[in-house]
Amino acid sequence: MTDLAIHAADRDISERLCEQVRTAYETRTPLRIVGGDTRAFYGRPVEGQPLCIAEHSGIVSYDPVELVVTVRAGTRLSALQKALAEHHQMLAFEPPSFGENSTIGGAVATGLSGPRRPWAGAARDFVLGTRVITQEGKLLRFGGEVMKNVAGYDLSRLMAGAQGTLGVLADISFKVLPIPTANHCLRLPMSLEDALNKLAELGRLPLPITAAAWHAGELYIRLEGGNSSVKATQERLGGEPLEASFWRSLANQTHGFFHLEDGKALWRLSLPPHTAPLALDIPEADIFYDWGGSQRWVKTTLDATTLRNACQAAGGHATCYTPQTQGGAAEPFTPLNSVVEKYHRNLKAELDVHGIFNPGRLYAAF
Amino acid sequence: MNILFDERLDGELARRDKTEVLTDIQQAVPTLTLLHREEDLRPFECDGLAAYRVLPMLVALPENLEQVEALLKRCHALDVPVVTRGAGTGLSGGALPLEQGVLLVMSRFNKILSVDPDARMARVQPGVRNLAISEAAAPYGLYYAPDPSSQIACSIGGNVAENAGGVHCLKYGLTVHNVLRVDVLTIEGERMTLGAESLDAPGFDLLALMNGSEGMLGVVTEITVKLLPKPETAKVLMASFDDVEKAGRAVGDIIAAGIIPGGLEMMDKLAIKAAEDFVKAGYPLDAEAILLCELDGVEADVDDDCETVRRVLEKAGATQIQQARDELERAKFWAGRKNAFPAVGRMSPDYYCMDGTIPRCELPRVLKGIAALSEQSGLAVANVFHAGDGNMHPLILFDANKEGELALAEEVGGKILELCVAAGGSITGEHGVGREKINQMCSQFQADEISVFHALKAAFDPKRLLNPGKNIPTLARCAEFGAMHVHNNELPHPELPRF
Repeated sequence: MTDLAIHAADRDISERLCEQVRTAYETRTPLRIVGGDTRAFYGRPVEGQPLCIAEHSGIVSYDPVELVVTVRAGTRLSALQKALAEHHQMLAFEPPSFGENSTIGGAVATGLSGPRRPWAGAARDFVLGTRVITQEGKLLRFGGEVMKNVAGYDLSRLMAGAQGTLGVLADISFKVLPIPTANHCLRLPMSLEDALNKLAELGRLPLPITAAAWHAGELYIRLEGGNSSVKATQERLGGEPLEASFWRSLANQTHGFFHLEDGKALWRLSLPPHTAPLALDIPEADIFYDWGGSQRWVKTTLDATTLRNACQAAGGHATCYTPQTQGGAAEPFTPLNSVVEKYHRNLKAELDVHGIFNPGRLYAAF
Repeated sequence: MNILFDERLDGELARRDKTEVLTDIQQAVPTLTLLHREEDLRPFECDGLAAYRVLPMLVALPENLEQVEALLKRCHALDVPVVTRGAGTGLSGGALPLEQGVLLVMSRFNKILSVDPDARMARVQPGVRNLAISEAAAPYGLYYAPDPSSQIACSIGGNVAENAGGVHCLKYGLTVHNVLRVDVLTIEGERMTLGAESLDAPGFDLLALMNGSEGMLGVVTEITVKLLPKPETAKVLMASFDDVEKAGRAVGDIIAAGIIPGGLEMMDKLAIKAAEDFVKAGYPLDAEAILLCELDGVEADVDDDCETVRRVLEKAGATQIQQARDELERAKFWAGRKNAFPAVGRMSPDYYCMDGTIPRCELPRVLKGIAALSEQSGLAVANVFHAGDGNMHPLILFDANKEGELALAEEVGGKILELCVAAGGSITGEHGVGREKINQMCSQFQADEISVFHALKAAFDPKRLLNPGKNIPTLARCAEFGAMHVHNNELPHPELPRF
């Protein structure tokens, strides 16, 4: 793996990590699992002894022909993406990165996906297998490095988005995809209502759309696919050309929109496709529609209950991206109903009986 | 090898008097259809793995959620196991009944509740047939992507339980990638919604966990699936090879060219002959292997891709390449593949279908291993292969009426799966573990991993009443069958007695 090692420091510290977890289990010491420490803003603050994953890095195996890469959790996202790009491949869920130190382990643990999500799938959809450090400090393998594998429960996908509360991600195997041969990004002036209708209409057609957003009177669309279809769709839609980096700025929240002021907090509203604008007292300039309208970023001083009730009525939920210390909500994630919470607690009690893994990161109770 | 539930290895089940259970449930849910006479139970004694049959204690045929809820509450109170069944087409015995259990048949939950073309989703009941969803979506130019070959008959509830695949998985994913939300009832009869119509939901991804959990964690009562726009066009290339390995390498070459085909299937000589004799698909009988490569999408892109694939296939040493001229010929090419199982069935009184997956590069080695096993055992093996995603379906031909042949076929099958595991693959790509591959689970997973699976199960069903004995073996079973994964030459759990 020497050629791959160029991109990512090749170091396996899983034994040491297992030992640390074993000790924490025995002494019932809570652990705060840290990769690049760029995602601490996402979720509730965790009090615990740091368990540092960043050194556990490197690409374990990568065979472009198999469309599978296995990587240590501490590997920097940028290093992995570079190694894949050399073979014209990519992580199709377009993981957001919140700084150069962002790791692939953090990307999977938070389970966040970029603008391609509605068309390609989420982080968990591309996870084929994991090696996980369990509460007893054992390194166990779930899933695998093959496209299809239905043996046993799908523990690997369960880990995606669990924010380290059920175990420590050590290695992760992904399905990767070729980077599309052609791409073109465009912007069209359009009212919100027209844009949402347009997106519903386009969504029913087999067009090579891989991102769609709307903000401040403009519809933004990315086309990716074969040369012929991208060209044909570009001609059909018209509009002005748009820099491809626009989508990265949206995923990574470096776009100017994400600048907060006047005590506003950043919220992510996740709603069913083709949901009409919510009746909330938020000026249009403070809303950014991504994922074809299914993911809406809002900057607001409205309280959590107001936002959550509106989302829930529409079949969705709301997450606060601004930490409580900076004026965000105390509970960043939408509370679970009592039955669902009961099974969350049961699961946590089985997989982390002493509550050593990132306690309270998702919800105060576990 | 008998795979029927064995309390000595699979755990004890409560013994309840059938009449008492029947009376109890009848009183609690008077409107529920309950079958209890032997002649009424007989049609439910097996699923698609017909070699194994067990008469359930009772069969319940609920028509509404309240009945299922009440039934589960009574079963939970009485410690009566519940095996949920959809259309009964599963090939791994996932819905094999238990003598002491209730078989919960969801086939009357057969309504498509809504199709929303703007949001591109459909809400359906679990007994709805897979193909019926695509039929209902067709007027809007939409369809439901996963297409297991049993799609005419299999139900979506069973698809969720098994995380069913099909020939288009590489590009369009498995069931887990195409289900947005499920409503489930827990064994205690609580209602729970997992996932959402939005693209994510707060909390753990229990939706992903529910897919492929084989009815062990809850009973699925409603499903919201994602619908996709129908590709504008689909074209099929058929390539012949004089050598199986060359065909295997060509598969990798197509992927390496940056193309993700809608379907990429391979068949070996015996499977080609069987299919050709059966459906006259126009397959070349002199070929050692054929590849079927379907490219779908926008017309202009598909034409470009067909050219690229054709060049790749030529370079890979294909002896003949044919592109289906029209929709009729395309359907004919696929008919051979889609009917490969029944076609092989005509060549032999019985066949045993395996479902291992491997990294594609291991294909030549695994095929050689299968050929050797076939020769040693004297049982012919036809190979049908979802080549694009490394999912093999070796079909072992045998005659159950010949003394010992079923056992021999199962032994060969077990060894094939162990070959797949050794090659870095899995014992099942899409058919599920069920009861059939319960012992092979011990070769894919270590005791500690199996213990984590048991912990997961305990979080949802601590009394082990939902489909006991399926999917996850007990450690006692693994110890007994000796196939336990041996790590660093140390046997796990040395404290367990071995026989």
